Amino acid sequence: MRALIAFVIMAALLAAVWHIQSPTVALGMLNLCLISAVMALGVNIQWGYAGLFNVGIMGFAALGGVAAVLVSKAPVAEAWSAGGSQIGLTALCFLGTIIATTFAHRKTKGRRGHFLIVMLVAVIGYIATRHFYGPAVDAIESVDPGKTGYLGGLGLPIMVSWIVGGLFAAGAAWLVGKIALGLRADYLAIATLGISEIIVAVLKNEDWLTRGVKNVTGLPRPVPYEVDLQQSAWFREKVEAFAAEKLTGLNGAAREEALAGLITEYSGLFVKLCYAGLFAIVLIVILTLCVLALNSPWGRMIRAIRDNEVAAEAMGKDVKGRHLQIFVLGSAVVGIAGAMLATLDGQFTPGTYQPLRFTFLIWVMVVVGGSGNNLGAVIGGFFIWFLWVEAEPAGTWLINLLTSGMAETNWLRLHLIDNAQHMRVFVMGLVLLLVMRFTPGGILPERVKAR
Amino acid sequence: MQKFARVSWGDDGSRINPVAGTNPMTEWLNPLVLMANFVLVPGLVYGAQLALGALGITLVFGILRFSNFAHGDTMAFGTMITILMTWLLQSWGVSLGPLPTALLALPIGIFLTVLFLLITDRLVYRHYRDVRAKPITFLMASIGIMFMMNGLIRFIIGPGEQIFLDGDRFLMKAREFKKLTGLDEGLAIRTSQVLTVVVAIVLVVLLFWFLQRTKTGKAMRAYSDNETLARLSGIDPERVVKITWIIAAGLATIAGVLYGLDKSFKPFTYFQLLLPMFAAAIVGGLGKPVGAIVGGFIIAFSEVMLTYAYKKVGRYLLPEEWQPDGLLQLLSTDYKFAISFVILVVVLLVRPTGIFKGKVV
Repeated sequence: MRALIAFVIMAALLAAVWHIQSPTVALGMLNLCLISAVMALGVNIQWGYAGLFNVGIMGFAALGGVAAVLVSKAPVAEAWSAGGSQIGLTALCFLGTIIATTFAHRKTKGRRGHFLIVMLVAVIGYIATRHFYGPAVDAIESVDPGKTGYLGGLGLPIMVSWIVGGLFAAGAAWLVGKIALGLRADYLAIATLGISEIIVAVLKNEDWLTRGVKNVTGLPRPVPYEVDLQQSAWFREKVEAFAAEKLTGLNGAAREEALAGLITEYSGLFVKLCYAGLFAIVLIVILTLCVLALNSPWGRMIRAIRDNEVAAEAMGKDVKGRHLQIFVLGSAVVGIAGAMLATLDGQFTPGTYQPLRFTFLIWVMVVVGGSGNNLGAVIGGFFIWFLWVEAEPAGTWLINLLTSGMAETNWLRLHLIDNAQHMRVFVMGLVLLLVMRFTPGGILPERVKAR
Repeated sequence: MQKFARVSWGDDGSRINPVAGTNPMTEWLNPLVLMANFVLVPGLVYGAQLALGALGITLVFGILRFSNFAHGDTMAFGTMITILMTWLLQSWGVSLGPLPTALLALPIGIFLTVLFLLITDRLVYRHYRDVRAKPITFLMASIGIMFMMNGLIRFIIGPGEQIFLDGDRFLMKAREFKKLTGLDEGLAIRTSQVLTVVVAIVLVVLLFWFLQRTKTGKAMRAYSDNETLARLSGIDPERVVKITWIIAAGLATIAGVLYGLDKSFKPFTYFQLLLPMFAAAIVGGLGKPVGAIVGGFIIAFSEVMLTYAYKKVGRYLLPEEWQPDGLLQLLSTDYKFAISFVILVVVLLVRPTGIFKGKVV
């Protein structure tokens, strides 16, 4: 019941935006709300189900973004011929180094000179890798650096990258989880914070892979382009039928002009609606799976582990294994959302991955929505994104109102208006603290079945 | 090639070392000075800054038993107030001569940061202490406070970069050093660097004297070791907590101002310092002040040594035919976070309690 009311209020808020601001803003917001909700679901799997504190969400979302590039962009043939073989050798050397080092570690463990031998193997591997890596990178990055200068992708449909993004994030999560799970919660938090900074640093600097801060723009779309729609007879007919009311009474040139305006407007909305439909399908599928999982025996086991690890372990549950599983699953969902975000943006810009926006904001969503409750995570994602977007104009409006007594050119007033947008960060902190203090369960608290 | 030609390279690429024949010492002194200039001095200074930051984290962890994610932003907050005060003082025409004006503004920065932290403790953390919440709840509350401080900082001073160093920039310029010693390599020492090291030493001595000798300091250590026992002995927990916040705020502000004087102030950089500071605190052992200092230097020197390009040192030490083509840089500076991270992970795997046997709650 509470969930229904929450969703009705949310829908009303979006409808208000539709009418007061514009339909374009409302649909744009809806799309990002949907993506945020998917991300929040991923974090909720980790925190809400199992109590794992992951502060590396930014990194997993960025991995999803890079998947969008690597899957959808056309391969750059010259770059492959220039440095492909060498980059392959680099990869082989790198893998070989890891395998050899692990092998050396296992074989000499506990014997004299263990550390020295392992270090020696690692150093030799490092030198060999660097030997191939340098020339390969130079060769690839010098291929038309203004436009490409990277290897490109596979040229597959971009929707494939949503799955690949999930796999990338899952792989990274498996590595991190192997190391950091099982330690106390704070350590996991710091380790994930570190890994996310490293992932973003790699994406920013390895130009041969992602073009780095030069960004990859013009990712292919899963939905039609506005220009194509505007020129298709099919879309024209639909608009004529849909907006028949607005066109009645108009004739000749005036009607043509009005129709052209409507077609332009509706083509933008139509594209956004297509995205919203795709994202909603993903959200509903993941949400359904989450609800089913949480209510299954597996879900009960996970919650039992969260509530009392020692007791669960005594009952023969594999706590470490379950934690790793949960960590990988949750990160994969975040990776899917990251790929969806890059798809919506149509570009991959590593510089935009900021921990406040991509890690801590998602946390606020989960806590405010209600950790442990799947619907709560969804509503949290919607509501907090709405607040995040709307806090900016609201802050500017408020500052304008407060400083209206000052002169137009007063430096303090100009400075405050300039920086008013940053107040939304403050508002987020306030919301988080207030919810934690006064309604620790969030908007939709976790339901605990009565015995 | 051209860049170093003046130093020791002839037009045909052969090494010209005017003093090499006369004094074999310079053969070794040049690379040593080079290393001192680019590795030893920056490492010491950065280490001191990290150590001061990590001390705050470790103290809060020892007494309040949670990882304070707002520490980086606390540093930025204190530094911001100091910068604003510095600007005010500068507009009045006040200056400290060769020393940066920021030193005069520092007490106000510390005072307001202490005030801010005490207010947040009263309004936020105290409630969770009363209900005996889990450490993770404290951590999340600290994220909320981090958000609020971050918003305030961006609102007041903006997210851009600020440089607020004034006074004499150098204590010794590279050119003067060369003249003085007759070596090819110079050693430049900046005022902010000396200031950092001196202030850090004084603060650490004061802190240890306080913790070891005074009654309050002993109470703090007792509380950190065993909370129940300390309460039974009549130690007032609220007072201990307050003093911890005051010390943490002071250390954070000073560390932030020193870092800002040495490099520059940018809110996001301060947030990013969180990772190396946590790494330093954990490497040394969470809750152990000595550990935080040692950890700070370990992290700082690893970062500086692994990201330094050894090409020039190689020119002095390696025979001509062994000269490498590359920069001899082990890791690009962009990946310095990876170093803190790897050290952190290795310590967590091998010895989770850190070097000095810290807490693992």
